[in-house]
Amino acid sequence: MQRYSFLTLLGGALTRHRRWEPAWRTPQPQRAYDVVIVGAGGHGLATAYYLAKNYGVRNVAVLEKGHLGGGNTGRNTQVTRSNYYWPQSAAFFEHSLRKYEQLSRELNFNVQLSQRGILTLAHSHHELEALRRWANAIQVNRIDSRVLSPAEIQQRVPLLRLDGRFPVHGGFIQARGGTSRHDAVAWGYARAANRLGVHILQQCEVTGLDVTESAVRGVRTTRGPIAAGKVLLAVAGHSSVLAAMAGLRLPIVSMTLQAMVSEPMKPCLDTIVLSPIVHMYVSQSDRGEIVLGGGTDAYQSYSQRGGIPALQDTVSALVELFPAFSRLRLMRQWGGIVDITPDTTPIMGPTPIDNLYLTGGWGTGGYKAIPAGGETMAYTVATGRPHPLIADFGLDRFSRGALIDEGAASGVAH
Amino acid sequence: MLQISCPWCGVRDEDEFRYGGQSHVTRPALNCSDAEWADYLFSRDNPKGVHHERWLHVSGCNRWFNVARHTVTHEILLVYRMGERKPDVTTSQRSDYLGPRSERE
Repeated sequence: MQRYSFLTLLGGALTRHRRWEPAWRTPQPQRAYDVVIVGAGGHGLATAYYLAKNYGVRNVAVLEKGHLGGGNTGRNTQVTRSNYYWPQSAAFFEHSLRKYEQLSRELNFNVQLSQRGILTLAHSHHELEALRRWANAIQVNRIDSRVLSPAEIQQRVPLLRLDGRFPVHGGFIQARGGTSRHDAVAWGYARAANRLGVHILQQCEVTGLDVTESAVRGVRTTRGPIAAGKVLLAVAGHSSVLAAMAGLRLPIVSMTLQAMVSEPMKPCLDTIVLSPIVHMYVSQSDRGEIVLGGGTDAYQSYSQRGGIPALQDTVSALVELFPAFSRLRLMRQWGGIVDITPDTTPIMGPTPIDNLYLTGGWGTGGYKAIPAGGETMAYTVATGRPHPLIADFGLDRFSRGALIDEGAASGVAH
Repeated sequence: MLQISCPWCGVRDEDEFRYGGQSHVTRPALNCSDAEWADYLFSRDNPKGVHHERWLHVSGCNRWFNVARHTVTHEILLVYRMGERKPDVTTSQRSDYLGPRSERE
């Protein structure tokens, strides 16, 4: 793989940029692979990369029905943080944030991590008490968090209205939280996995799972059947559809999550601001666009569109808190399909079908987890045992009653 | 904006209602296994296609009813009362519909 560096960029400029190699190949599907990963999103591609890099498992195919990174990895608002509540979540997401801090170097691809801080707001005395408890839990888990007064918040976010319809009583910030470039994460992992021998097969949709005697033997696809020693489902939004191919029902419902960007404007917001109770999170991109998201639409959907009521809730929360943005035009709006679980915690690990693994249930928070999700699922698929960081996220937690309720720390009440 | 035909109040916008998830989820006998109980509480069909689901008219009559809706096109194929048996609905079946067609997005 051709390294990206200032020198190779200079060399490219001097040769009129005609010698850049493709970042990944377009191979023909083989009849069989040791591991088939369904879904070339962030989690699928990262798992393939770590399987090859950490375990030498290179006979791997990542199958994608569309184009790689075109699902939720290509549709999120890029928030990269680790301010969760319970110890298991804190350990997992903090591990992921630390990997993000080294990711550009590891992948030789600039993921543009910008640790500008994520500020969570409280609009009443009771919310502030809850936020203090949350901020304390984060510190107990040895992760950075700091409670801020309204005056400190105003200093950080001059355009925020503290005394409007949603008064700001205070908040807390994770200073190491921030944003990163979602497409770069997908492309960086794809390029790195490809270099290690992984096959990425796009426009290859899985239409069936070949299960005999309670074990998966392979997949059926729009480009023919492919045998597999192990299969990993990494198809956020469509987890239930793929699981049904193996006769499994999951504790997942698929909802639309919308996001939108405004026309660009000069730099005016250099922190991510999130308000859980009024359903809004906002940041400003490097291109000057205001990037906005909120809660999911109210009903199950695979449409990737979303409707006006959820959009209106999110935009009205924004303009109440940032009156200066009320005249901005929305430039683009889109939706993704998110796996909602009963406890807002992902589902990772083996399934009741031998050799069939699942990474799903990521809800509205899968993007920040890509590095740790890939690394832990690679361990799990390679060894057959759940990685210690994800042992409590297994599908079996529901029948054990061991749910991990991250509804609050997911950021936006559902 | 979905337009949902409440059996008592007529066609209203979706934001007059609260969503109640999958219909016809039957509670098992109380001496069932943990796995069966968890299945009842948490496992859902979540189809990419016709979904039978519950809606509550919170801004109106405050009654529950059932809807068969396609989860990709959002087309509402049938509205029927709470307590009725799960009907066999295909995308071609429209004669039982109680109101105007939902808005095609």
